[in-house]
Amino acid sequence: MSKGVAITGMGIISSIGNTVEENFQSLINKTPGISRIESIDTIHRDDIKVGEIKTSNQEFIQQLGLPDSNNYSRTALLAEVAVLEAVESAGIVDMNSCKTGLISATSVAGMDMTEKYYYSLFDETHNRKYITAHPAGDATTKIANRLGITDFVTTISTACSSSANAIMLGARMIKAGKLDRVIVGGADCLSKFTINGFKTLMILSDDNCKPFDADRTGLNLGEAAAFLVLESDEQVKKDNKKVLGYVSGYANANDAFHQTASSENGEGATLAMKKALKGANISADKIDYINAHGTATNNNDASESKAILRVFNDAIPSLSSTKAYTGHTLAAAAAIEAVYSILALQHATVFPNLNFKTTIPETNIVPVTEVLEKEIKHVLSNSFGFGGNCSTLIFSKA
Amino acid sequence: MMKDCYINGIGCVSAQETTVDNDIENYQFLTERITHAHRPNYREFIKPTMIRRMSTGVKMGVVAASLALKEANLETPDAIISGTGLGCSIDSDKFLKKIVDNNEEFLTPTAFIQSTHNTVGAQVALGLGCNAYNVTYVHNALSFESAMIDAQLLLNEGESNVLFGGVDELGAYTTSLFDLIGHIKKEEVIENGILDSKTKGAIFSEGSQFFVLGDERSDSSYAKLVDVAVHNVLPKNEIEEKLVQFLSTNNLTIGDIDAVVLGTNGDVEFDGVYADLQESVFENTQQIYYKHLSGEYNTASAFGFWTACKILKTQSVPTNLKLNTVKSSSIRNVLLYNQYRSENHSFTLLSSC
Amino acid sequence: MENLKLELKAKIIENLNLEDVEVGDIANDDALFGDGLGLDSIDALELIVMLDKDYGIKLSDPKQGKSIFESIDSLAAYITENKAK
Repeated sequence: MSKGVAITGMGIISSIGNTVEENFQSLINKTPGISRIESIDTIHRDDIKVGEIKTSNQEFIQQLGLPDSNNYSRTALLAEVAVLEAVESAGIVDMNSCKTGLISATSVAGMDMTEKYYYSLFDETHNRKYITAHPAGDATTKIANRLGITDFVTTISTACSSSANAIMLGARMIKAGKLDRVIVGGADCLSKFTINGFKTLMILSDDNCKPFDADRTGLNLGEAAAFLVLESDEQVKKDNKKVLGYVSGYANANDAFHQTASSENGEGATLAMKKALKGANISADKIDYINAHGTATNNNDASESKAILRVFNDAIPSLSSTKAYTGHTLAAAAAIEAVYSILALQHATVFPNLNFKTTIPETNIVPVTEVLEKEIKHVLSNSFGFGGNCSTLIFSKA
Repeated sequence: MMKDCYINGIGCVSAQETTVDNDIENYQFLTERITHAHRPNYREFIKPTMIRRMSTGVKMGVVAASLALKEANLETPDAIISGTGLGCSIDSDKFLKKIVDNNEEFLTPTAFIQSTHNTVGAQVALGLGCNAYNVTYVHNALSFESAMIDAQLLLNEGESNVLFGGVDELGAYTTSLFDLIGHIKKEEVIENGILDSKTKGAIFSEGSQFFVLGDERSDSSYAKLVDVAVHNVLPKNEIEEKLVQFLSTNNLTIGDIDAVVLGTNGDVEFDGVYADLQESVFENTQQIYYKHLSGEYNTASAFGFWTACKILKTQSVPTNLKLNTVKSSSIRNVLLYNQYRSENHSFTLLSSC
Repeated sequence: MENLKLELKAKIIENLNLEDVEVGDIANDDALFGDGLGLDSIDALELIVMLDKDYGIKLSDPKQGKSIFESIDSLAAYITENKAK
């Protein structure tokens, strides 16, 4: 019986590292990437903390060898850095040796450039090149062209669960035999638009975020990109590929409760977790680690805790949210946490939930707070977004 | 082997008036460079407590979705899949303008929470209380086709009824940007239709079309969705080859196609690829266009799909859609081909049922 | 105080886009949230910005809004007491 869809490569960039290895080192050394914001000129500078990548656009442009005339948004730059690492790690020599697709995810898209040149676009013609970088599909097309993927290329946007759905669609396309290989993931950069948006909802913390803590004060926004390479069993066999892990379960459900808030009993999240377990054909007690959505907002952590209790009853597996390391990276969150889930499987390590002190009394869930080594066969990763979008992925050991 | 998939309900809100029978024969050529959607009576479809925060796109989407569900006699679908190239531009533009103009002060959350690309899918789910699978595709002019591919995949995975569709709205600022770089025609009035304009750019508009895809044929069935193929980029000299290949994977040849629905939008710079096909492989095929009635928007191909569904069900082609004089005695297979500014090519195959 | 109450009703209708509601429809002691006017948590955030922008009153914790936004009466009383501009 198939273990799921094989993962043969991965790449990541986040505020805790520009490569998979750098991210892993930060995770096991308990080094968070949360700081004051430097690259964006915002009046909220001193009221918020963010997971900002300290590499400038100019440095990325050089690293990627792009011409000065390029019109990459920061989202596209981050996406390309991560996708190139993923492709390299999968050892892909000829992109068109088999039917290959690309599914990316974003919510911010090219907003960083649009907000920067909002009025000047009309007077200064040289910035107008960023207009076509505004739509969500632009970064995806840029990386598809760079990789030479011409046919099945698409972009998903379901707010903060976006890249979970990209991974899910990729796995489904492989299973259905529609593609032999697919690169899946997502990217989002920090922007004034999202900073101010979350600020109006009064859910941004002025301190380091504290997932699952009774005294949590809201989330830290972050920026990141991550991509996985998924391949069919035939393709893995044919190229004698090393398998890093498997996408063994996935599900998407809708909370259908409120445009932004999660329902009190976590209906959508519960459905997503249950459906993913069913799809993976394993019972809840087989999960060794939950990489929670855990944004550290009042609403999310309470609702997600309820949902986890509903699915796992009293036997809660080791659990942590890695958002205290990276901040909430929106459409990229599920993809970077997929990389962390695979690292957990590979290194038999649960990464700690930083900044936790006090248990939420109503749910009494205690996350793992120190690096924990243990055998891990199955990891469950949650991602939830505005619009009631709830997605769960299950990753299993190779 | 793909399962048979039937279009069992359709819903459309566009620049044309939404009427009970939506007879395309009564539709007027759009004559302005930018045309807003013709508003249906939204209140007939949406609860007052929900409508107050909805932008045009969300309202159009909810109405198109509810029309499609009603026609398919379906209360709650097994999935809701939306495609939108630019997402909720109106609220996104509104929030962005406030950030810039008020220097980040005195901002309120409503426009922000309604600005995410998945708002239409979310509001449809909320209105129906539908906990099912819900995804939004945002890949420029392949957004609708991506939704359709997912819908077909879900049916093959065992779901029975999936709601899918496209929606795009005209946000004032975003539209002004595309105007600035010449994506919209410059002339104020398009006198004799887009085909005669011979100028650069398209006429812009907005709209939403939703469909119910079911695994069983019913009295309300319009057509069978056979296959969809997308090519994000496709060199001009390979289009014909890919098209023939697409048909052959479905055991068809050009001669089996009774009507071809083209995404011709009157842009002299990019319509050449359609013209080439019209003069070569499709010379003897009935040719149809629709963007003179719908205007151009990232998901306008959903309007084309909607017209194809109607043509297959009624077995007649409205005169205002015809590009040539070729006639078919019966219409069994309809092929749609769309691209936008030489990117995002899609082939969609429908057959009668 | 009565003028302020009328002003608040008009502002609430406009800011929250309550299309079918008129000033005369809202009684001073009607519940604004829940079963009354049916406002929700997003509306509460809108009202917090209105307090700041129009009356110079800053609420840092959305939970404070609960008692203040109970009715037009309670809102007007709070503004009269804390008004800064």
